[in-house]
Amino acid sequence: MIIAEWKPLPELVEVLKGHTNVLVAGCATCVAECAAGGEREVETLAPLLTMALKKEGRSINVRTKTLERQCEWEFVEELAAVVPKVDAIVSLACGIGIQAVAERFPDVAVYPGVNTTALAIRQEPGLWIARCAACGDCVLGETFGFCPVARCAKSLSNGPCGGTRKNGKCEIDENLDCVWYQIFERAKARGKVEQLLKVRKPKNWSNSGHGGPKRMVREDLRP
Amino acid sequence: MMKAGTKLERTLRAGQFALTVEVGPPRGPDPEDVIRKARQLKGVADGYNVTDNQTAVVRMSSIAGAKLLHDAGCEPIMQMTCRDRNRIALQSDLLGAWAMGMRNCLCLSGDHQKAGASGKLKGHPGAKNVFDVDSIQLISILKEMRDSGVLESGDSISQATPFFIGAVWTPLAPPEEFRILRLAKKIEAGADFIQTQAVFDMKRFATSVKAAADKGLTDRAAILVGIIVPKSARMLEYMNANVPGVEVPEALIKRMAAAKDQRQEGYQITVELIQAARNIPGLKGVHLQAIESEEVLPEIIKSAGLLPRPQV
Repeated sequence: MIIAEWKPLPELVEVLKGHTNVLVAGCATCVAECAAGGEREVETLAPLLTMALKKEGRSINVRTKTLERQCEWEFVEELAAVVPKVDAIVSLACGIGIQAVAERFPDVAVYPGVNTTALAIRQEPGLWIARCAACGDCVLGETFGFCPVARCAKSLSNGPCGGTRKNGKCEIDENLDCVWYQIFERAKARGKVEQLLKVRKPKNWSNSGHGGPKRMVREDLRP
Repeated sequence: MMKAGTKLERTLRAGQFALTVEVGPPRGPDPEDVIRKARQLKGVADGYNVTDNQTAVVRMSSIAGAKLLHDAGCEPIMQMTCRDRNRIALQSDLLGAWAMGMRNCLCLSGDHQKAGASGKLKGHPGAKNVFDVDSIQLISILKEMRDSGVLESGDSISQATPFFIGAVWTPLAPPEEFRILRLAKKIEAGADFIQTQAVFDMKRFATSVKAAADKGLTDRAAILVGIIVPKSARMLEYMNANVPGVEVPEALIKRMAAAKDQRQEGYQITVELIQAARNIPGLKGVHLQAIESEEVLPEIIKSAGLLPRPQV
């Protein structure tokens, strides 16, 4: 899923200066799964915003609405009835959802209520860890199902740097597994260490954002 | 056949025990800071490593530092990391460095930008890193530019750039079994010489070298063992606890702690480590580091019996 985390409340209070009717818009998909922008978080943030602004002597009317998905036009359309009644939207969707809302309603100020951070999995309750970097050149078949692009702090292609701690964690974060340590352990368990001996050539990054914003076309699906 | 003909390469070819030292560029623009170190160290080593923004702290660039050393009569080993430059910038800088006379280059992945001088300075933890290629891929790039005069793109350059290519080995970092294989990959990619992470237990290191020798690696590349001059028991404790791949025997920490003059004891320990290293079969030299106190090196090198350096 795409994961995101709340922006600090003071930052939101600051951007809402001068607005009186605000819509907090959630998304019931990824950001709901990562407890940042689903219905529950929308209904939690709305009164917090009202209170914080009230404390500064500002009166504000906050409405809420959580869509099934903020990244699909059909669902975004459900906001059409409420948008004319507000002068600002705080979207708790990922960056894709925020932009969809901003694109559909160009006359209204749209503010991000979250920072979108990664493509991740919920590893344990309350813990999400990055899994994919959308690099456009998947190597998971050669790295025993562990992604070194997303999960190595240096995105190394040919094995671990010298910074693996004694307990197999990464030197930049004592809670982060060294993914190359994991890859090696898996290779060993499968009796396939030789698969890691090949010198892997520089990667082609052009099928990701590095090649310019991605534009995928499927002619068979075009109208 | 000589690959780049540097003093380091010639020394190794002549079968002499090689010696390199590290020279950290200053955190400022004054050339005199480098030239002063060059004056202190001229003639005591076969190559002078110039670090590339180590611990992700902004310093004078390794290319500029290397050029200053070069002009002052110390043959530099320019270090190059993959953290801050993509393949376009790396290759461009290699052409520029070669044009200015650099002939040794050590390839590293580079400390992550979060390293920030181990917390002693602010550093730039919010920087965007690059890591377009990794250290092994950088080695291959240098090899292609040297042996074929071809860039990573496949495009030709007007003439080849003969560099003597270096890489790093951290034999004790986990997963230990993989480290020897990673060394083999670096040599396969084109590394001519290897400098190791700091070693404080030569007996244990000798078994790592033996493992490399058994794979034929010590014949294919020259391994130089890294030795850091210890300054205090606290420094040894810190490195043992916090620097991955560095293990300091308990006895050595105790010996240092018990010493009346810890600095002097540190020099003595360094001399002993160098002497132990000279007896390791297949090991081709030492790489000495006296972090922020390079001026102590000539005396240590002399005490270890490694002066004068062979004229090759």
